[in-house]
Amino acid sequence: MHLLIVEDDAETASYMRKGLTEAGYTVDHADNGRDGLFLATSGSFDAIIMDRMLPGLDGLSVVQAMRAAKITTPVLILSALGQVDDRVKGLRAGGDDYLSKPFAFSELHARIEALLRRRDVQSVETKLTVGDLELDLLSRKVRRGDKPIDLQPRELRLLEYLMRHAGQVVTRTMLLEGVWDYHFDPQTNVIDVHISRLRQKLDKGFDTPLLHTMRGAGYSIRAA
Amino acid sequence: MARPLPSFVRSSTFRLSLFYVLLFFLSVAALLAFIYVQAIATIDDQTEQATKADAAALIQEYSSQGIAGLIEAVEDRVAPDRSGDGLYLLEDDDGSPLAANIHTWPAAEPDARGWINFTVDRDDGPHAARGQTYALKDGSKLLVARDLHARADFQELMLDALYYASGLTLLLGVGGGLLISRRMLARLGTINRAAERIRTGDLTHRIEVSGSNDEFDRLSDTLNAMLEEIRRLMSGMRTVTDNIAHDLRSPLTRMKGRLEMLLRETPDSGAQRQAIERTIADADQLLATFTALLSIADAESGGARASMAPLDLGELAADIVDLYGPAAEERSIAMQLGEGHGTVFGSRQLLFQAIANLVDNAIKNTPRDGAITLSVERSAGDVRLRVADTGPGIPEAEREHVLEPFVRLDSSRSTPGSGLGLALVAAIARLHGARIELGDNHPGLSVVLIFPAPA
Repeated sequence: MHLLIVEDDAETASYMRKGLTEAGYTVDHADNGRDGLFLATSGSFDAIIMDRMLPGLDGLSVVQAMRAAKITTPVLILSALGQVDDRVKGLRAGGDDYLSKPFAFSELHARIEALLRRRDVQSVETKLTVGDLELDLLSRKVRRGDKPIDLQPRELRLLEYLMRHAGQVVTRTMLLEGVWDYHFDPQTNVIDVHISRLRQKLDKGFDTPLLHTMRGAGYSIRAA
Repeated sequence: MARPLPSFVRSSTFRLSLFYVLLFFLSVAALLAFIYVQAIATIDDQTEQATKADAAALIQEYSSQGIAGLIEAVEDRVAPDRSGDGLYLLEDDDGSPLAANIHTWPAAEPDARGWINFTVDRDDGPHAARGQTYALKDGSKLLVARDLHARADFQELMLDALYYASGLTLLLGVGGGLLISRRMLARLGTINRAAERIRTGDLTHRIEVSGSNDEFDRLSDTLNAMLEEIRRLMSGMRTVTDNIAHDLRSPLTRMKGRLEMLLRETPDSGAQRQAIERTIADADQLLATFTALLSIADAESGGARASMAPLDLGELAADIVDLYGPAAEERSIAMQLGEGHGTVFGSRQLLFQAIANLVDNAIKNTPRDGAITLSVERSAGDVRLRVADTGPGIPEAEREHVLEPFVRLDSSRSTPGSGLGLALVAAIARLHGARIELGDNHPGLSVVLIFPAPA
């Protein structure tokens, strides 16, 4: 997977580059908007990490120019502006996700994974499967093995989100955004309580747990 | 209960015009009184002159023609075909009338100047009269007087004039006052409405100028210039905030990045790793405080207005209960959602965060087996969202205080939290034109956000 980082702060860029390279990505870097736009339009990147405040051409203008040129590479916008309207503006300009600075590397990583996956999943699915866990999207029924699992509507949406990102790490803020559609840091364990309830229903009585807690990062649903 | 007066009656313009009506009325009355006094004095003087001249002529007659001539002269003056206000009574020394148009000698004593005032019965009732008496040489007595009905008529006329003048003055004054007040209020209303629009966030709105260059136009011009200045300052402040955000977040990002890299390279156990983890937690705490401060500044500057839309607080409350319910249950706190809906105009994200902060506080402060209730209520002019818990509540004296930034009731500051939660709620409420009421839930705290109903 080939990523482009457009970030003017050298240290932040090298820290992201180092982490993402360790995670197995090939990473290119541009330190200003003009170079970033040039690389983005010429290259074959799988995803772009775009800082919002850049010398020369700012991040949002780069994304707008890319979209105008019909380049559909998913873009994660990074910004020191974390306010409600800034996020709306970022997404409206053509960004696919928005992350406020400073962020945990795990959060960045999880969101990049999600962006790349979103690109893969273009076909319409009717059934999600992880190991012996099955979620029928049409009948909204869940079963593990041959045991039906009864879930509340919200638990169902939580499970659907996790299963659509099966194998990836999903952070708490991603869950709050993806399942509840609210963007803020709740600072308490509200999400963890929802997860532990879901885990009770999914994993209790089974030998292999499916819903895993990734220490310091978030959660992941996977078979092994 | 008295009905409230219409606004133009309560207006200062109307009160001012009432005051002018009173002044005008007093000056009209003073003028009429002056005319009255002067006119009466003139009439009295003329009456006296005429009476004296008449009497002098009769005395002259008596001197030259004797009593017979006087009788003839008086009879001539009292003849039925003669009109006039003259009153005469000529009596001989026995008191029997010789010639007269009044029949009884008045009982009144003459004043220092020899004049007597008396009443005389005429066909249309008693009339006031004034005259002089003369004792003649042969013992007979003569009374020459004037009927004062002209004076009385004039008095009546003046009183009528006073009544009509005051009536007209009041009518014109009050009517004119109302018209002027309404016109003034209409002009002020334009300014008020514009100011209200600007206050609720439309900083680009300007007050209409009529073009007549009157004092209202000058006021509008001044206010518009002031608004332009405020807009400039606000956008300047936002730029500064954005720059601070950028300048402080970038080093924090680097710091956090470095720490995380260090963490990945550090063996899984040991004091070093623990220290790094704690430093990351501190950095996160710093960031949370900083984010809350920026959010407050953002809400105060009204930056989120662009994303405002009509939304149902009932749905928002249901989402909150959905998100926070399980966390509350973990602590054996029952979370209840009252039925109720109410549409307000606002930012979904910010309002959710405000209510989340309130509920978060409630969960932290409510003991086990307590309850937290969310309810939305719509009444005539407002929509109320209430978050009530069964915790220790807030003493009445502290209530106003806790909405300020960095205020925490436990002075030890040992519990987690930035102390900015309620300040952010207050800022978000202000952004939405909402009031916050902190009350007693008997026991516990009840926080009510009172939103204006959308127009």
